[in-house]
Amino acid sequence: MTRVAETATPSPVRPRASRPALRGLSRTFVSREFSVFAALAILLIVTTIANPRFLSPQGTKDLLLNSAIFVVMAVGEALVIITRNVDLSVGSILGLTAFSTGATYNAFPHMPVIGIFVIGVVLGAILGAVNGLIVTAAKVPALVITLGTLYIYRGINNAWAGSTQYFIGNDPPEFGNLSVASVLGLPLLALIALVITVVFALYLFGSRSGRDLYAIGSDPVAAQLFGIKVTRRVIGAFVASGALSGLAGVLYASRFNSVGADTGTGYELQIVAAVVVGGVAIFGGSGTVVGAAIGAVLLTTMTGALAALNVSKFWQQAIVGILIIAAILITKLISLRNAKKLRVSEAKDV
Amino acid sequence: MKKGSFNDEAARMTGIPLAEAPVTLEMRGVTKAFGPVVALANGTIALEAGRIHALVGENGAGKSTMVKTIAGVYQPDSGTLELRGEPVVFAGTAESKAAGISVIYQEPTLFPDLTVAENIYIGRQPRNRLGFIDRPAMRREAAELFARLGVPIDPDRVAEGLSIADQQIIEIAKAISLEARVLVMDEPTAALSGVEVDRLFAVARSLRDQGAAILFISHRFDEVFALCDSITVMRDGAYIATHDADSITVDELVHEMVGRDISALFPKEEAEIGDVVLSVEGLSRAGVFSDISFEVRAGEIVGLAGLVGAGRTEVARAVFGVDRYDTGSVTMAGTPLRAHSPKAAIEAGMAFVPEDRRKQGLVMDLSVTKNTALTLRHQLARFGLISGRAERSAAEDWSKRLQVKTGSQSLAVSTLSGGNQQKVVLAKWLATKPKFLIVDEPTRGIDVGTKSEVHRLISELAGQGIAVLMISSELPEVMGMADRILVMHEGTISGRFDRADATAEAILHAASTDAEVAA
Repeated sequence: MTRVAETATPSPVRPRASRPALRGLSRTFVSREFSVFAALAILLIVTTIANPRFLSPQGTKDLLLNSAIFVVMAVGEALVIITRNVDLSVGSILGLTAFSTGATYNAFPHMPVIGIFVIGVVLGAILGAVNGLIVTAAKVPALVITLGTLYIYRGINNAWAGSTQYFIGNDPPEFGNLSVASVLGLPLLALIALVITVVFALYLFGSRSGRDLYAIGSDPVAAQLFGIKVTRRVIGAFVASGALSGLAGVLYASRFNSVGADTGTGYELQIVAAVVVGGVAIFGGSGTVVGAAIGAVLLTTMTGALAALNVSKFWQQAIVGILIIAAILITKLISLRNAKKLRVSEAKDV
Repeated sequence: MKKGSFNDEAARMTGIPLAEAPVTLEMRGVTKAFGPVVALANGTIALEAGRIHALVGENGAGKSTMVKTIAGVYQPDSGTLELRGEPVVFAGTAESKAAGISVIYQEPTLFPDLTVAENIYIGRQPRNRLGFIDRPAMRREAAELFARLGVPIDPDRVAEGLSIADQQIIEIAKAISLEARVLVMDEPTAALSGVEVDRLFAVARSLRDQGAAILFISHRFDEVFALCDSITVMRDGAYIATHDADSITVDELVHEMVGRDISALFPKEEAEIGDVVLSVEGLSRAGVFSDISFEVRAGEIVGLAGLVGAGRTEVARAVFGVDRYDTGSVTMAGTPLRAHSPKAAIEAGMAFVPEDRRKQGLVMDLSVTKNTALTLRHQLARFGLISGRAERSAAEDWSKRLQVKTGSQSLAVSTLSGGNQQKVVLAKWLATKPKFLIVDEPTRGIDVGTKSEVHRLISELAGQGIAVLMISSELPEVMGMADRILVMHEGTISGRFDRADATAEAILHAASTDAEVAA
């Protein structure tokens, strides 16, 4: 109804100012990740000022090592959430693969390291495939299905492990060394997490099937009508999430000294939190794995930073909660602002 | 995505318009049943290259099932589908699309989070040598498509927030980029204004001239006759007849659609006009409407005509108290009404049947009973609790009076046809025994048979002494039903007519002009 005073443009059709809009779009794209990144930077700066030892070489290394496993899992979870699903079984998958790594070394002490990785990733992929198959076949929200498999996988882990604990952090030594090794000054684990983030970021941004994931999350019914292979893509996302959790399980076994029945318990909510804080919309369709990865680093850093700042452990969780809500509000604000901008530009064009 | 050379991406990406080879899609004797319900008993139609074919029929005649069978969403139980003389079976939408069939559904199916360009090319984005999506190329091709269609849509904006008309243009752009040889449009004009319809028709005609076979579904006869070359009629899931558009009249068509004569489509009965029930004085809201004054008397139907966006619904919402107004007053039966209070309006005896029944009028997942009784919660409640039995009997009473066709009162409203949903909305408000009723586009998207039932109902209500304000974009409906007609243009009342001296030309003139604009 609002009429913008029309300047008399003799209007042959012209595409609405395409370049500025493009910039606006990439700004959106950047701004979600950027706001998480800014939060991370501020956190690091404030903490370092208060406690200079926080970012000492050892402190930095710990930070990167601690983040790496979460980053790997968050990337997988982001793929699933982008399709408007969720995978709550990631903590249980990590637990099961970590324990199976211990069990494998116990049975075959001379297993080559590469073999251990293959076993972990494949086991994780199978568990993920089970999730994906049930979700797509039963057409029941993934929240419920993966809540079920969370308990099932954990139950299997419990039954298998009983009270057994494997201590494989240093045995065999070449496996334990993975978590302390450095390449080009970066801890190997962090490098693995970085490579995985980059690979999946390229996949989501630049491949057709990667874009399909966004389409599915944006409107599943339309995706079906459009002929996108919804089932295959969703199963694929769950397989990737499972495989990455499996990989994380192997890395966990290498990094931490013992694995047992309750390894990885409760990780799922931290991972989902990291993904959401990283700007992935909980109802799918938007967000990036880069954001999810930064979200994972942010939450890990938060824990360390609050400890370095002598904030009571009890408050740490509350602060994480505030962060989640803030992340969602920022996302909402950005989309409102964009909608307004679009309206204005349209009114000008009428 | 397996078959054939015409799925060749390189050819598709060149953006050359439709191929020269004439394509005929022919469906013969197709049946489709869902459990015991036969949705399609005899689906028969032949689409020819370079012609626009209309498919008409009441809601529930099987049109949408036919469309979905052509699209590959459903697979026929029996019967044949032939594309260029060769039998085809589509296991899914991807296959029909690969065969050159594009379907534009009633509700556009875009991905709100993706850009316009990506919406057009999803699944077949141009790729660079590294195998990555070539975004500049995709953007360029989308821009070229829009330039050819003559519409200024920015390929880089996200689809969220686009008008329905723009969304439909994007669907068409998609179809063109797919080099669709068969284009199916399922009620594309239901939510469009006049200008937008013209634009859509221009595009459809140019596609036809390039050799596409087009199937067009609409409830609006003027559109069918303006656009289409031939017309196929369906009734109760079965094929009835196919005609050349210039060899049949609207009355004959209606007769075939309903299988019975509807002598008067718009039967407003004479009712005794009583005292003023509602009086609106100088109602204004900055930028939306200004200086709106009118009265509605008991037993009178006042039609509110005008183009989409003229401010009719906004006035109705302000009168009912949903929206604010800056100045003016609303008086019910002599008592001024508190502004911006739907509660006060309802208590004073006002009822409002909104335009978008899916979003505003009904709770789609609740049963017919619950929906009907929604407005009666206070009357029915005892000690704050609602008895299921009281709710059922009140609801049943009303749905019986309105002849709502439903298998059971406990079925979800979403399972009913559009016309029956509209009756449930009416029932819901009539159960409150209103003195003044606002109906906004009461028959939008409703088939002819149910339409006249809705008209009969509204007319009966007026006969019982209810004052009715009816917003409608359909000229025949307004002229047939209303005792007096108000016409709005850009937020002001630009014309007032009595039933006797209202002509279509005069109303249209008032609707499209006020002071200075004449283009």
